[in-house]
Amino acid sequence: MSEAPSGPRIGVDEWVASAEERRQKTLSARAERAFERVPPAAKLALLAIPFALYPFLVEDPYLMQVGINTLIFVLLALGLNVAVGWVGLLDLGYVAFFGLGAYLYAAVASDYAGRHWDGALAIPAIAVTVAVAGFLLGLPSRRLVGDYLAIVTLFFLQLFLVILINSTFTRGPNGISDIRPLTLLGREITSLDGYYWTALVALVTVVVVLYLVNQSRTGRAWRALREDELAAELMTMPVNRLKLMAFAFGASIAGVAGAIYAPAQGAIFPASFDLILLITVYAMLVLGGAGSLLGATVGAVIISASLEALRDPEDASWLVYIAVVLVLLVLIKPWWRGLAVLGATAALGLLVHEAAERWWPSLVEGTTFGQARIDRLVDGWVLMPADFVTEEGLPAGAAARITYLLFVASVLALTLIRSSLWRTVAFVPVLYLAAVVWQNLMLPQPAVARFILMGALLVALMAYRPQGLFGKARVEIV
Amino acid sequence: MSANGQPAPLLRLEGINTYYGQMHILQDVNLEVREGELVCLLGGNASGKSTTLKTILGIVEPRTGAVILDGRDVTRDSTAKRIERGLAIVPENRRLFGPMTVLENLELGAYLRPRADLQEDLERVYSIFPLLYERRKQLAGTLSGGEQQMVAMGRALMARPKLLLMDEPSMGLAPVLVERSFEVIQEVHRAGVAMLVVEQNANVSLSIADRGYVLSTGRVVLEGKASELLTHDELRKAYLGR
Repeated sequence: MSEAPSGPRIGVDEWVASAEERRQKTLSARAERAFERVPPAAKLALLAIPFALYPFLVEDPYLMQVGINTLIFVLLALGLNVAVGWVGLLDLGYVAFFGLGAYLYAAVASDYAGRHWDGALAIPAIAVTVAVAGFLLGLPSRRLVGDYLAIVTLFFLQLFLVILINSTFTRGPNGISDIRPLTLLGREITSLDGYYWTALVALVTVVVVLYLVNQSRTGRAWRALREDELAAELMTMPVNRLKLMAFAFGASIAGVAGAIYAPAQGAIFPASFDLILLITVYAMLVLGGAGSLLGATVGAVIISASLEALRDPEDASWLVYIAVVLVLLVLIKPWWRGLAVLGATAALGLLVHEAAERWWPSLVEGTTFGQARIDRLVDGWVLMPADFVTEEGLPAGAAARITYLLFVASVLALTLIRSSLWRTVAFVPVLYLAAVVWQNLMLPQPAVARFILMGALLVALMAYRPQGLFGKARVEIV
Repeated sequence: MSANGQPAPLLRLEGINTYYGQMHILQDVNLEVREGELVCLLGGNASGKSTTLKTILGIVEPRTGAVILDGRDVTRDSTAKRIERGLAIVPENRRLFGPMTVLENLELGAYLRPRADLQEDLERVYSIFPLLYERRKQLAGTLSGGEQQMVAMGRALMARPKLLLMDEPSMGLAPVLVERSFEVIQEVHRAGVAMLVVEQNANVSLSIADRGYVLSTGRVVLEGKASELLTHDELRKAYLGR
């Protein structure tokens, strides 16, 4: 059909075509296309460079440990991406495979087990064994979809934890603490740097394999399966076999992560593989964008790094205030309205603080837990009631608890306001209340606060960009 | 060629009785599609069209009767086996993989085919639907309804079927696109693929078909040459119920 089209061609929707053209011209689409033109090997290198530079920039052993943990998290997020991101199977038992990998390592290389396998043998063996476990978990899941699959896999995770805690073989809740360092081809790895590089090599290998799989016929079939299982079956794809492959493949990545984690830590406990870890890894995948390798990696780095930063009272406040300011400036349009909200909040705080100093001095006599420079600045601005929290940082009375509740209620109320102008105005007192809650109640308890903040971050992201940072927006066929 | 000089039947339903539990849905249905033929299966709502299609595909199993595909009894075979023997389907509402590109959709249609033939299969489909070549890198979900119909047909043709089943191709398309869609069906038919088109829209489908069957409450009430059916009173009866 080479004749010139006369008039609107039948079967071609001109508007759709032109809309696509217009979309192609926007700045973000251009950036996206430019990014797509980068060859995959270069993208991988781009991704690997910051990881490779990290050990040269960091001296502190604690930060090295954080780096190793982050790499393990990236591996976990990439493995979870196979079943959840590509195939769309809601697997809530995933971290059991991580635990299994770690305990298997302990079984083949610890003083407790009396075996000292070389890593070159142990890691592939563990990868295969955990893949078989993933296959077995997949078996009952073939006929389960959606919520049912989630419940069954969650059951398996709990079963795994119960066995770990109650079995004498795994030493119960005390865990196994005399794990041998990793030996690779006879060379024992004892330094943190050594573990970092081992994890990085494993990560690069996994990324390359995942990239190739995603390009392959199997990878394509996985994604098709996620979109429409029945249509995939009608295209003669072996749906059940593909699902089992995804389970086994993702599980073996988690197993490898576990086999590196165990010797890097030197000790493993059942509590390291519980729901908190599962939720954290899911949060990484959701934040970065399920289905995207880059997304899973970036999401894991962001969450792992911010969880660490929030733990440290020196940095926590900086992180929170900068994040709040950035989010406000991005979310509130036009931009000067965002600035106005920030200015008004600052003014409101000064006013309230001044009034309190004059008439109710007890409201500003509390002591701060914050140690960053910004905390000293902020303490002259937020209310700091005396005896609001105990010395351990727990709420000390009804007033503290009510403030917490009031804050949550006011955030919810904020979402109910329809008019954009009034919502912007209402932002001001809510922000101030947020600052009061943060300085008085959250800072003293970073362990709890960081998870609350992570949840808030995810909620905000889901409202603004439901597909995650690097995920592709879903295209619905109507 | 069979004894009477007609091309051998590619698909034959022999005395099919299908039940959903106690409900007797298909009652003694006989149907035939010969090589290279374009046959339409007509009927109103709840006449058993979809059940017939599901019986052919093996999604439901008939209680009695036989499904014979290319000379072999496949009544007890799985859907995948039947598809391997040369069936392909364009499902109702097309069911494309929306967030994947047109090219990826087509490649997935050839899932069982040897990879060496992929390029050849693609070129064959592109020669029938040149537009798909232009749009090969676009996400299938962003295409218009008519274009999606082409992708769905192209995807089915990628498996090189002997018999292509089409479930309600006019569903959800604007009237002008319905006509275009049937022109496309004709083009594919001319390429030598036998087709069974399940439709509510009797006039358009009979105008391009060789033969037709009319179903009403699970029975074949009428069959014959398409040109004869078009003018038949019974057709109106089957649709209007009197």
